[in-house]
Amino acid sequence: MWNIADMSLLVTCPNCGPREVEELRCAGESTKRPAAAAPSQRELNEYVYFRDNVWGVQREWWFCRVCEEWFLAERHTYTNEVVRTWHPGPADSPGGRDGSEAASQQEGAQVL
Amino acid sequence: MTRLAPQPYELIDRSIAVTFLFDGKPVTAFGGDTIGSALYASGRRVFSRSFKYHRPRGLMCCSGHCANCQMTVDGEPSIRVCVTPVREGAVVKGQNFVGSLDRDLMQVTDKLGGPFTPPGFYYKTFIRPRRLWPLYEKVLRGAAGLGRLDPRGTPRPRIDVEHRHADVLVVGGGEAGLRTATDAASAGRHVILVEEGPEVGGALLADPDGHLRAAELKRRALAAGVELLAPAIAIGLFEYGFVPVACENRLVRIRAEAVVVATGIVEQPLVFPGNDLVGVMLPDGVRRLVNRFSIKPAERAFVLTADDRGLAAAADLERAGVELVGLLDLREGQPPNIEARGHKGRVEAVSVNGKLTRTDLVVMSGSPQPNYKLLAQAGARVEYDETRGIFIPTDLPASVTAVGGAAGEVGEPAVTTPVLGYTGEKSFICFCEDQTAKDLKYAIAEGFDSIELSKRYTTVTMGPCQGRLCHVNSIRVYARATGLDENAIGTTTARPPHTPITLGLLAGHPEEPVKRTSLHNAHEALGARMMWTGAWKRPHSYGADAGAEARQVHRAVGLIDVSTLGKLLVTGPEAGAFLDRVYPNRFSDLKAGRVRYGVLTGDAGRIMDDGTVARLDDETFYVTTTSTGADAVYQWFTWWNAVWQLDARFTQLTGAIAAINAAGPKARELMERVSADDFSNEGLRYLDARQVRVAGVPALALRIGFVGELGYELHFPSPHGDHVWETLLEQGRELDVAPFGLEPQRILRLEKGHVIVGQDTDSESNLHEAAMPWLVKNEKEFEWVGKWATQAAADRGLRWMLVGFESPSGAIPVEGGQVVIDGVSSGRVTSVRRSEELGKVIGLAIVPHALAVDGGRFDVQVNGKAVPMRVHLGPFFDPAGERLKA
Repeated sequence: MWNIADMSLLVTCPNCGPREVEELRCAGESTKRPAAAAPSQRELNEYVYFRDNVWGVQREWWFCRVCEEWFLAERHTYTNEVVRTWHPGPADSPGGRDGSEAASQQEGAQVL
Repeated sequence: MTRLAPQPYELIDRSIAVTFLFDGKPVTAFGGDTIGSALYASGRRVFSRSFKYHRPRGLMCCSGHCANCQMTVDGEPSIRVCVTPVREGAVVKGQNFVGSLDRDLMQVTDKLGGPFTPPGFYYKTFIRPRRLWPLYEKVLRGAAGLGRLDPRGTPRPRIDVEHRHADVLVVGGGEAGLRTATDAASAGRHVILVEEGPEVGGALLADPDGHLRAAELKRRALAAGVELLAPAIAIGLFEYGFVPVACENRLVRIRAEAVVVATGIVEQPLVFPGNDLVGVMLPDGVRRLVNRFSIKPAERAFVLTADDRGLAAAADLERAGVELVGLLDLREGQPPNIEARGHKGRVEAVSVNGKLTRTDLVVMSGSPQPNYKLLAQAGARVEYDETRGIFIPTDLPASVTAVGGAAGEVGEPAVTTPVLGYTGEKSFICFCEDQTAKDLKYAIAEGFDSIELSKRYTTVTMGPCQGRLCHVNSIRVYARATGLDENAIGTTTARPPHTPITLGLLAGHPEEPVKRTSLHNAHEALGARMMWTGAWKRPHSYGADAGAEARQVHRAVGLIDVSTLGKLLVTGPEAGAFLDRVYPNRFSDLKAGRVRYGVLTGDAGRIMDDGTVARLDDETFYVTTTSTGADAVYQWFTWWNAVWQLDARFTQLTGAIAAINAAGPKARELMERVSADDFSNEGLRYLDARQVRVAGVPALALRIGFVGELGYELHFPSPHGDHVWETLLEQGRELDVAPFGLEPQRILRLEKGHVIVGQDTDSESNLHEAAMPWLVKNEKEFEWVGKWATQAAADRGLRWMLVGFESPSGAIPVEGGQVVIDGVSSGRVTSVRRSEELGKVIGLAIVPHALAVDGGRFDVQVNGKAVPMRVHLGPFFDPAGERLKA
């Protein structure tokens, strides 16, 4: 097995082809937004807070900073092998990402 | 002189003289010399002091493998001078001694310390009394080391990062590497070859005419189109053919379809007492001195060898006129007892089974090992081949191959276990860290019987040579001491980097990226004090008195540069429907030409950003975000729409558009002086958005209550920034117009009780507890992002509330100060300022929900004392908003 170093990942953007990982942003595992009009607290928590965190191939969201488009990828979480990448369709969902990750990128003073 | 008469194949150019300084004295070298060869030729034998015992050490490998020749060159410590080409005027100094390289006062640790300094001695000896450890540590750190950085600093080179792609990357420029690279390039592939030394040739460079063959191989490689990088050190080998390469002042990040490892072999020392004395060398080291640099390395030499390499060295030495006083081929007969004896750290004699022979040079050849470190780090397994006595890399990762010596082509050594005096005193295993065979046995006896544990305890293989010279011998000592075989013992984990590199190379540029608005120079010209906000530089204030700057806005009119606001255009037939889904409130019913405030939440219900949304026409919305949220909001919008696929498009305008907010009772008058458009209260109502011309420049005017006074936010193309700003200042001179910075803005916004997302909200804030329930419009048909969690927060009952407060005593708490109720920490202050306009200290705080009533009381810790505060709901200034709408 490879010794893992995140810096060395190569990901194929469906528009831009294979790119170094720092030209992209990984937004984590994809999840399913509840379809119900009023999900139960349990369903909501599952969607917002819980992730499978697999050892193996997982489906995740990536943002290409070159073409500024989102795509989905299947990546092995240990070997970093990217099995496939594709632009999402209506069946996929950004899922329970809340603002916390976006907000965490806003380091420094928060002045309007 | 130790230089020989000119040799037919020598590499030095005697017509060129290069002078450098060693410890303040000039040393003259020839062109083609290394600093190491020139010093050796000048008669120097002691090159360094060892890490722990301060034993004198001299040249051993002359190949850049060992740490024996580390010196400080032009202020950079720990440079291996044996492979560093001479440079005119270079300043070279010895390192790690007290006194001089030849008379190191710290050598007392070798004379006295030996029996008292087993592995881990400092943990055992210096633990009591405990409080003295900082002192012990200081002394120990000073005593052991690898040179010093000049505290005043040496000029730091500029370091760049370069990305390269190749079909094939070959690591190692010896014969095997050059041939493989040439073949691949001839087959039409783009090949990069990296060689860690200054020139290609590898082991060939030790042969008398080797460099001619190396030059021919190099010529062919270049002709085939191979791209050559040297000196260039492969730091590591990672998945997908990623190899970062240290190439002097560049970090070249190479990504290759296929990686060929051709790192050759490393000659191994023999283990016997005195094997570290100055004058005990490896065969290729001696051969390089003779054949490349035309140096007669000694008068007499004794050769101890387990393979043919020692014999080759013996032949070269004899040709150079060195008297061969002894040649012991370990392949013949029982291994004898060998000991090297020295005087003042320099070898004087060799004793074989008690028989003493005087000599000033000992060549030791323990037969070479494949240089498999890069492969092992990349994930290959390393297996011991008992018949050949070498470790061979197997199970190579995908797209990685090994050729030549690294793959195990090392010849056929007849002696497979060339460990000799492993019981003896001062039989060094690890030269970098001063660890002897006895130390290893000691560690095993103490219970460190796994090679990984022993490595951490003794630090064998952890020095600058990174195990090149000690890894195999330490495993062999282990095998003998434990009775296990080499495969059962295994090898230790190989980690990058394989060769020490400077931290600067990894750190890259020291510069921090900064964003500046188009008005940046204008602010500086006005004497603004600039501050960081995220990646932006913005004016903190323009004078010493931020309070007065704020009052100027109340009294007349002020200008603030708000170009840093994120600005997005959302267009398309479903743009309104899209905004309805991502905001809690509704935008599809917003009339063209109107503005509405919006807050973004995630599905966890947390507040992530806020801003205004102006509808320009049916299908066009102009969205502003916080200054630091522009990219995050753009990604947030496009992320959701990647799935919803509504007919809406998103355009990032943040950098393209400059924005100035003009606020104050005289703001309208100012607008009328710079524009022919109708800025009357009827013509441009509160929360209207209109296309206008200001100072001749087309602009979007948003009438919003940014700082609580009558105000116009003008958005226009960035290149006109200076022109509009200057015109407003000039035309407003009679109105007492003045610029104001972020600090006065904080005061003004706080007077209105405006929430700053990220300052007054945190990762727990939801719309209800941030006192913005009026934004929630749950009757919308779509389940807007954040709806469920926001509803859940309301259903469970509110716990906290963001409230305004006054400090009746005038004491000013710090932002983040603890709210204390009945002695229990119950919330915190998020914003606090003194308002000159109100003559009060005011702030915002997160407090228990029950306290969120006008006049509610709570304490805040100020300088360790509980100071009472009083809750104030609603704006502190102009609560009815009359000034906004005037």
